[in-house]
Amino acid sequence: MEIYLDNSATTRCFDQVAEVVKRTMLKDYGNPSSMHRKGMEAEQYLREARSVIAGNLKVQEKEIFFTSGGTESDNLAIIGAARANQRAGKHLITTRIEHPAVLNTMKYLEEEGFTVTYLPVDRDGIVQLSELEAALTEETILVSVMYVNNEIGSVQPIEEISRIVKAHNPKTLLHVDAVQAYGKYRIHPKRQGIDLLAFSGHKIHGPKGIGVLYVNEKARILPINYGGGQQKGMRSGTDNVPGIAGIAQAVKEIYTDFDTHVDRLYELKAAFVGGVTKLEHVWVNGRTGRDSAPHVVSVSFPGIRSEVLLHALEDKGIYVSAGSACASNKPAVSETLKAIGLPKEGLDSTLRFSFSVFTTEEEIDACLQALYELVPMLRRYRRG
Amino acid sequence: MFKMFLIKYAEIAIKGKNRYLFEDALVEQIRHALKQVEGSFEVTKESGRVYVSCLSEYDFDEVVEALKRVFGIVGICPVVHIEDKGFENLADEVVRYMGQMYPGQKKSFKVMTRRIKKTYPMESMEVSAELGGRILDAFPELSVDVHEPQIVLHVEIRKTIYIYSETIPGPGGMPIGTNGKAMLLLSGGIDSPVAGYMIAKRGVKIDAVYFHAPPYTSERAKQKVVDLAKLVARYSGPIHLKVVNFTDIQLYIYDKCPHDELTIIMRRYMMRIAQSLAKEEGCLGLITGESIGQVASQTMQSLAVTNEVCTMPVYRPLIGFDKQEIVTIAEKIDTYETSILPFEDCCTIFVAKHPVTKPNLKSIQRSETKLTENIDALVQTAIETAETIVCE
Repeated sequence: MEIYLDNSATTRCFDQVAEVVKRTMLKDYGNPSSMHRKGMEAEQYLREARSVIAGNLKVQEKEIFFTSGGTESDNLAIIGAARANQRAGKHLITTRIEHPAVLNTMKYLEEEGFTVTYLPVDRDGIVQLSELEAALTEETILVSVMYVNNEIGSVQPIEEISRIVKAHNPKTLLHVDAVQAYGKYRIHPKRQGIDLLAFSGHKIHGPKGIGVLYVNEKARILPINYGGGQQKGMRSGTDNVPGIAGIAQAVKEIYTDFDTHVDRLYELKAAFVGGVTKLEHVWVNGRTGRDSAPHVVSVSFPGIRSEVLLHALEDKGIYVSAGSACASNKPAVSETLKAIGLPKEGLDSTLRFSFSVFTTEEEIDACLQALYELVPMLRRYRRG
Repeated sequence: MFKMFLIKYAEIAIKGKNRYLFEDALVEQIRHALKQVEGSFEVTKESGRVYVSCLSEYDFDEVVEALKRVFGIVGICPVVHIEDKGFENLADEVVRYMGQMYPGQKKSFKVMTRRIKKTYPMESMEVSAELGGRILDAFPELSVDVHEPQIVLHVEIRKTIYIYSETIPGPGGMPIGTNGKAMLLLSGGIDSPVAGYMIAKRGVKIDAVYFHAPPYTSERAKQKVVDLAKLVARYSGPIHLKVVNFTDIQLYIYDKCPHDELTIIMRRYMMRIAQSLAKEEGCLGLITGESIGQVASQTMQSLAVTNEVCTMPVYRPLIGFDKQEIVTIAEKIDTYETSILPFEDCCTIFVAKHPVTKPNLKSIQRSETKLTENIDALVQTAIETAETIVCE
């Protein structure tokens, strides 16, 4: 038995995705930049993919760029925007709970002479708009906020953030890391006031190694890599046709019967939250209703090290993720869990359960049964 | 330019009959090491010398690196090997050799000739003097110094002629297989791979045992130990790693015994199990990475209590080493980076806040009587279910 509840880490590909990827590897393997027919055939996949994704986001095709994944999309958006707009100011704003792809890029830019404000979040992992308002300055050129937090599933008020940013200075760019949100929400950057939007293929049952960056045509960013000038010079390198065809197929699939999928995810989440909180001295981090992401549940099990519970579940074929893993010889506490003020006893005892369209009620039940059995047993044996 | 290596080994250890054992083991270990290297090589033993002949294209550095991991080798000399086509030809080759090895260098040298082929028309001294003159003519920037030369050019006249001047230091020690086999307790830390390396260096073949405690230790922790065993195996030859599931024993001790004695009792059971596996495998001793006083379980008192369950000799090559000294060797043998990967190992998962540092044998033995009911069966199961992974 295999129960995969680590869908925020990565997902199983849709069969249709694997098929199209295989086709572009074995049959339509041309290089879109080649002048001959073989290249032309490969280029059709690019055109089709741009059209599918632009249509889904309700943006123009020329505003879509393909990258190697979420991390590269975030890097290109943030470094590209910072470098292109530094004459207007060198101040950037982000939050304390961003993914390392954003946080470490910001740290790099600090070394390059930019100033970065890291906004705190409340207990539910949500940015306080008053803090944002206070942080904005004349010098602020970019605000980068994640749509859905990867560890606790908190959802940021993107539209309100955009209104505040644009009211302060319409030229300040808003970048949204939507890696955990895309495929769970209908995202329309133009309507929501998003200038830059990043997401990746493998979180939506597409391939690994492919990501998208939407760049509003009015937003100025500079490329961060140089080469053959593909994608209008914004992202050089031979086009990853299998990845691009794969992510487009995944977008099509995930947004088919979309509302049903999302409703079902919320039902699974409610069932899981209800079940897991029956355990003594266990709590769920962040919100759990429709105001939270449908697929992520963060649970603290004080008295049990997360790594031990993770491996005990693994032993039963259940795969989950540790909120933050601290082996005795390497304290690696999660920034997000610290930022929401998680009590110390929870920091090393938090697991993340994340669901997908493939997750079933039976799997949720089996996982709960395993927890009912393991949690009391593991609590008997502890360090110290 | 080099198609051959002359392998030097310490001759002091190889008097009498042992010499053949030693040389045969050395040749076998060199062959084994060169199997991992791209190219085709021949290892030969000839009148008290071991030679590696390179029969195909090869990468010099790769071969030297492989040879530097063969215990028993004291020096590796890259050799130019020529046919005997008369003295003039030899002189030309020698001049060419010096030109390639030391172009434009202001160094002092001397020529050392050994004439094994007594039918050679010139005597050793004559050959040396004449070759020295030719070299000086060709390279005026070189000078002769017979007492403390910077370069000693060896010319050995046998059926064929060998020319060499450089010796790359080898690891020393004795070839694996000349001194029996021992069982290494491999934990995944910095010390135990170094301990294994040091005993292997004395010619001892190594098997290893690792105590796995799922779900408290992960598959990745086990993979790390396999990786470490593979790194040690580059020196020691293939290691049979026994993976023992220790969880039930640990939890049983946790349930029955005082928590501050947990580590020491656990270690006594590890030694018992290791010893039993060692006997099965025909090992003549156990090896641990213990060093006096490093942690609570390695005080003199703790070591004595742990050692009390062993009837087999326990070799602790790091016993007098400081951490930094151990780290230096770990870095040299390339195990350090793997050792410091952050995975929980089974010695720390239930470690008490204040474990006993001066355990009393009587009291530990008394605590162990509380385990009488199930422990033998648990130990038996652990031994019977141990998984063997061949690491090479």
